[in-house]
Parts: sequence; C-alpha cells; structure tokens
Amino acid sequence: MTARPGATSRQHCILVERPDDLEAWREQARALAAAGVVPEHVIWSLQSSGAADLFGGAAAPAACLPSPAAPLAVRANEAFLGLAESVIRHRDPARFALLYRLLWRLQGDRRLMEKPADSDVHCAMAMGRQVRRDIHKMRAFVRFRAVTEPDGGDRYIAWFEPEHHVVRANARFFLDRFASQRWSILTPDLCLHWDGESLVEAPGADPRDAPREDATEDLWQRYYASIFNPARLKVGMMVKEMPRRYWKNLPEAQLIPQLIAGAQAREAAMVAQGADPFPAAPPETLEEIAQGIAACRRCPIGCNGTRAVPGEGPARARLLIVGEQPGDSEECAGRPFVGPAGQLLDRHLRQAGLDRASIRLTNAVKHFRFEPRGKRRIHQTPTAGQIDLCRWWLEAERRLVKPDMVLALGASAGRALLGRAPRLADERGTAMRLADGAGLWLTVHPSYLLRLEGAARDREEARFQDDLARLRIMLEEPAATP
Amino acid sequence: MARLSLAERLEILADAAKYDASCASSGTSKRNSRDGKGLGSTEGMGICHAYAPDGRCISLLKILLTNHCIFDCHYCVNRKSSNVRRARFTPREVVDLTLSFYRRNYIEGLFLSSGIVRSSSHTMEQLIEVARSLREDHAFRGYIHLKTIPEADPQLVERAGLWADRVSINVELPTDAGLARLAPDKDSGQIESAIGRIGDAIVEAKDARKRFRHAPRFAPAGQSTQMIVGADGASDSQIIGRANGLYDRFGLRRVYYSAFSPIPDASAVLPLRRPPLMREHRLYQSDWLVRFYGFSATEVQQATDAEGMLALDIDPKLAWALKHRESFPIDINLATREQLLRVPGLGTRAVAAILQARRHHRLRLEDLGRLTRSIARLRPFIVTADWRPASITDSVDLRARLAPPPRQMELFG
Repeated sequence: MTARPGATSRQHCILVERPDDLEAWREQARALAAAGVVPEHVIWSLQSSGAADLFGGAAAPAACLPSPAAPLAVRANEAFLGLAESVIRHRDPARFALLYRLLWRLQGDRRLMEKPADSDVHCAMAMGRQVRRDIHKMRAFVRFRAVTEPDGGDRYIAWFEPEHHVVRANARFFLDRFASQRWSILTPDLCLHWDGESLVEAPGADPRDAPREDATEDLWQRYYASIFNPARLKVGMMVKEMPRRYWKNLPEAQLIPQLIAGAQAREAAMVAQGADPFPAAPPETLEEIAQGIAACRRCPIGCNGTRAVPGEGPARARLLIVGEQPGDSEECAGRPFVGPAGQLLDRHLRQAGLDRASIRLTNAVKHFRFEPRGKRRIHQTPTAGQIDLCRWWLEAERRLVKPDMVLALGASAGRALLGRAPRLADERGTAMRLADGAGLWLTVHPSYLLRLEGAARDREEARFQDDLARLRIMLEEPAATP
Repeated sequence: MARLSLAERLEILADAAKYDASCASSGTSKRNSRDGKGLGSTEGMGICHAYAPDGRCISLLKILLTNHCIFDCHYCVNRKSSNVRRARFTPREVVDLTLSFYRRNYIEGLFLSSGIVRSSSHTMEQLIEVARSLREDHAFRGYIHLKTIPEADPQLVERAGLWADRVSINVELPTDAGLARLAPDKDSGQIESAIGRIGDAIVEAKDARKRFRHAPRFAPAGQSTQMIVGADGASDSQIIGRANGLYDRFGLRRVYYSAFSPIPDASAVLPLRRPPLMREHRLYQSDWLVRFYGFSATEVQQATDAEGMLALDIDPKLAWALKHRESFPIDINLATREQLLRVPGLGTRAVAAILQARRHHRLRLEDLGRLTRSIARLRPFIVTADWRPASITDSVDLRARLAPPPRQMELFG
C-alpha cells in the first residue's frame, strides 16, 4: 500500500491512552491506515498517567485525522492480532510503531506474518516471546503475604514488579487459581484487588504499601535451602530461568548468596565423609593387608587403641571362614578364633572332618569394638557402616586367597559378604554365589551357641554341625569349584 | 530425644526428598476454582515457582512423609543403615503445609514420597490419605504427584491414581544386576509389574472417559520413573535401551535420569566419585532425540563410543551426525521435516520456522541466522540458496572444530 495522492503528508502524533490496550490501538491504527497515513508519518507516544487524568482519558486522536473521501478497507488477520495481543504489552515505546508498520505492510502482503525471517516480523515475534515469558514469570514469582483483615478473614497481598505491562493479562490466571481467597497484587503500574466477588483495578502502588512479612516465609526459606543439592551447583541455569531482577521480591532468593558460598564447602565435607577413603590401589599381598589394617584409622574402632587382627591360614585356601570381629582373647593374641567361640568352632570343624590348617580364617571387622565395664572389655557389635567400610579389606583378602567357598558366621559376616543385611533364618542352608563366582554358605556365629543353654544349645549345635557337614560335602563336589 | 519442630522436620524431610529429580507439574487436565469453592488451578503447562542454585526448578512441595525406612538400598540416603536424622510428618501436617504454601503462590502442588514404615501397604495408605484429604476435605485443585511403593497392595496403588495427577514408581537402577546388588530389598519384576498395572489403569480410565463423561480420572498426567546414573556399571547405551523399553512397554510420560551424587553417610559399596553432571545432561538429550526428533533408540545408541558411552564434549545429535556424514549436507530448502530435525543445531522450533519461511522464498544463510541460534554450527551440514559446504563433512577435523574448546579443569572437580 502506498500513500495515496491527496493523503496528508504531515506528521501525526498519536497518543495512546493505556499501555496495553489493544482495542484502542486498533481503532487508531485502523483510522490511520484507512486515511492512507504511511508509517513514517506517525509518531506514537504513550500518555503519561498524569496526562490521562488531565484530559479525562477520553481523547480521541483518530478524530483529528483527515477523513479521506473513500477510506481504504483495512484488514488484519488472526496471526497478526494474536501476536499484537502480546506485543502491545511490551515496555518498548517503539512497539506501537512496529505494529502499525506490520499492519500497513500486511495490506499489501497478506502472507507477511508467515515470514519469520522478515526483520519486522522477526522483531515482533521476539517481543511477543519476551512478553509471554514475563506473563509466565509473573505467575511463577508473585509471592503473597497473608494479613488479617478487620473482619478476621485473611487477605493475601503481593508486591510484584513486572518487566512489561502484563498485570491485566494475568488477572484471569490469579482469579482461576485463588477465587476462594481474598487477594491483592500491587505493582508500580497497576494493582488488582479481589474480594471474593469482584475484581477491582487501582492505580500503581508503592512497595511500602505491601505487608513486610509473613511467618510462613521462614518455612518456605527453609524448604528452599533444604531441597537444594549442594553437590550440583548450576548457578548459570538458575539465573537464566530466575533472572536477578526478580530476586528482590522473592523471599527465598535472599538465601542464594549464602547457599552458593556454602555449597563448595558442604560438598567437600560430604565427599570427605562419604566417599571411599581408601587408596586407589588395593593391597597386593596378605602382608600389605596386615600392615594396612594395623594402621587403619578410618572408623572409630580403628582409633580405639586395640590392635588389628589379620586373617590366618594358607595364602591360597579353598575355604575362607569369616567371623564378625576379634574378641578380647583374639585381640590379646593377635590371632583370629582363639577365644571360647574359636575353640567351639575348632571342635565342630574337627567333627565335620574339616582341617583348620587348610582353612583361612578371618573377620568382617579387623579391630575389636568393645565397651569398657570395670576391668572387662564387653563385646559390642560393629555398626553396619563400620562393616561396610571394613569390607574393603575383606574384599582385598578374598581377591588374594581366591577361595572356592566362603563360610559366613553370623549376620555381620553375611553383611560384609553380601553388602546387605542377610535374613539368617531364610538364607541359612542355601548355597549362594558371590560376584566373583565363589560359593557362599551362611550360618550362625559360634558365640551364639555359647549363649544358649540346655536342650536349645544341643539342638543348635546339631544344626551348626549339620551346616558344616553339608559344607564339607559341597567342598568335595567338583561342582563347588567354579 | 526432644520432639522436632515443624520447621526442623521440614528441613529433614525436604532434604531427604531432593534426590528425586522430577518436579514437573505439567501435562495434567485443566482445572480451576473460579466457582469460589475450591483452591487452585492447573494449566496444561507447569509453572516453576523458583529455581535453586543447583539449576533445578522448584514447582512442587517435594517432601517425604517420613524418612524412616525398613529397606536398605545402598544409593539411598534414607536406607535403614544410614545415620541420617529421622523425622516424620502426620498426613494432616503435610496437608496444612501444602495449602499454606499454595495460598502464597510458592508452589503448584505437592510431590509426596515416603520411606517405608511398618509395611509397604501401611505406608501407601498414609500417602493416599494425604491426597484424599487435599482433594476431598479442601477441594484442592492443584497438582499432586504421588510416589508409589511397588511392594504395596495393588489396590492401594490404584487408589493413588484416583487422587493424584501423576504417579511414579522408580526403577532405581538401569540394570537388574545393579538393583540386586545395591537395592537388595527390591525386586525388578515386582517394580515392572506395578508400573504395568498403573499403565493399564491409565489406559482404561482414558478409554472409559471417552464413553462416560463422568468416569473418574486416573492420573491424568500419566506416570513417570527415575533411574540413578553412575551408581552401577551400566553404560549410556544400556540406559538408553532400558529407557526406551520402558517408554514402549508402559507408555511412560517421562524417564528421569539422576546422576548419582555423594550422599551423607554413604555406603561403602558405592562408587568413589559422582559421574559428571554432563552425563546426565547427555542422557536427557538422547531421550529428547527419541521423543521429539524421530530418532530410534538404536540410532541414538549408534552415537555412543566403543564402551557404549555418549561423548561428554558434544551433544548426541552432533555425535550421530559425525558418524553418519553420508546423510549430509541437507538442503534446507528441500529437505523434509524429519531430515531437518537431524541437522545438529536445529531444534523443533527452528525447523517449524524454516518450514514456514521457505514456502515464500528460498532461504539464504542470512535468513537462517534469524531463525536459529547460530549458523556456525549448522554450516557444515546444510545447503542453502547461497551456501554449500566444500566437502566439509568429509574433513577429519570436523569434530574438533565443532566441539567446544577445552575448558580449564575445575578447581574442585
């Protein structure tokens, strides 16, 4: 469309009354285009709110336009209007001129809007995206604070500073969501008040008009600080989605600097506490293990001043027996299974026809955990965490000894081999296989037998004997050797 | 021990919930409370109300009902043998917390999970009670995501779907062997059959609603699952295959990948170091390729190296393109949508814009510059009205030229 002969060539200054009023803009633009006013001759400006008050807001600039004898038919299409709906809310003062330019060009090129590579279309689309993003961010970042009103009911009041003119566009959203509660959203340009029945618009407010605090914010901040994982700091990602300009009105954002500062330190502490504290290379000889456990201070038992008790028996054995931990006698002797429980085990091994000299004996935990009571040291079961930690030594020993079968005595030994707490009642007496192919046989610890008396003891000792006898049969079967 | 305050318990139970990656509030049916009776609304699109410094979105109040647990899964901070502080909420407390957060526009809704106390079914009942109370007693119309316990009574699992927008069951680890080793109390068969049952119930409910308008909704936002990456020995190729199997068999909405991260009081069975976070990102990209870019899982697997791992320095689409140079260059003005989607550097939005723009004139590089983020990455793979790569796709150093320059090592890496 070109300027028609006779069309005025003077500049038109158009005042737009409301910054986001598409209808009013359309009327003005339609009149301009109908009069054949080329975009270069229009200067759009926004009435400041003061001016709007002065003139009562009813100025009709379109009336001042020359009315051509035969006005041109001005047509817009859906694609244009859909985009204009967003673009009009942009804070850039050039938006009115851009939209008019698009409307003007659209008269000559009906398919203009389908050309995203066109620079006007491209620019409008970018502005539309920014506005839609701001609409979305307002929905996300408005934070209400509750205040009690004179009638005893609550009103939820928020202070928010949108980047563009998006408050009206979001009224519906907040109404849909919070119709059952009274709320107000205060912004510098426009405020919305909902009382449960009607929505009232009011002029812009001051941040001091909003409540200063809300007790629930403390809970929310604690939630925010706790849900954040210090092991994965991605500040760039956060800032991209929650730009800094919104931070001052977000209660949780007040914590960000301290959370970031603390994160490195927290992760380092967590890794130091949680990660594998062992050297990269596992020991290559049994002597290295013996020296290693003697010096091991990786858990409180290692630090309790007792001496470590290494495994005993051939360096390559077909059977490895794993107990729980050295007891008082073992710690004194520096050898495994020499105390009362060890003697009981010896007797049953002999009865089952198993030769202790050909068996390697060791413990799940290498130091003696005890509680001093007077002069005596009372055995204390190691914790799951301590067993899991000491497992590193046991696995090193298994790699070197390469047993065909492992006999685990008691739940602690079971845990050290399986990596989980075994269910002794169910799993006792079933042949299991460890990851390296060795067979695993679970039974009770002989110290358990020592605590029993009378018939119960006889019965349990018979079961224990039976477990050992079946173990011997399995050792003799070729199938047991993988 | 003195009873912990609500705030202290919130800290403990939010901290315990943070290893669940999902916080999505999208894809459910549209609801509002314009009638003034209920509270809340949902749109098709979720809203992220805040972002934490770990770059993750906070959309839901994501907490555990309790972190007491009778299970002993090694990768889990709440396992029985862990020394973490324990706490529990009553269902009523969770309901009140959710409502007071929601009223202040902090959240879109609730993501509730739990450690297992007493029995799986008992725990599941407690979770359902929270959702029921929110929906029935308070007419809450926001989003509810319930983490379902696969070991619970199947009927309970189904009840969860009636109140929740989304239900999820974590497969936890990509391989059965990994699950057996690290989560001894869990059973992959049981997990998969629970996922299967929920999948069936979702399909049935959808079907019923086609015929009866008032048929009850069942988890309208579908179901999702999560896998922990880097805790067992699974390769990226295995993980992609497993995820694809889950999408195919159970119609899952999402598979989340969570890079195993050091947890307090870690079990000694776990690997020494966390996997690079970039690995998780590459897996999500590969997931995208299958779900939105028309790649098959097998094709994405082709982008992995000899050990089945995706490259960390370049994205999987570029990796695939470098291995399939014979498919390039692609003529921007002639190629089909499917072909355009395979060009590294072209996303779905750019492809849509290209398809629209080229109806009007033949596109030049300059046009592409306006439609895409960067043409530098595209150039070797495309032909435009004014550009044709000079057999550039054959050159040996193409990968080096497209990969980002090496960065200085992280000080704390």
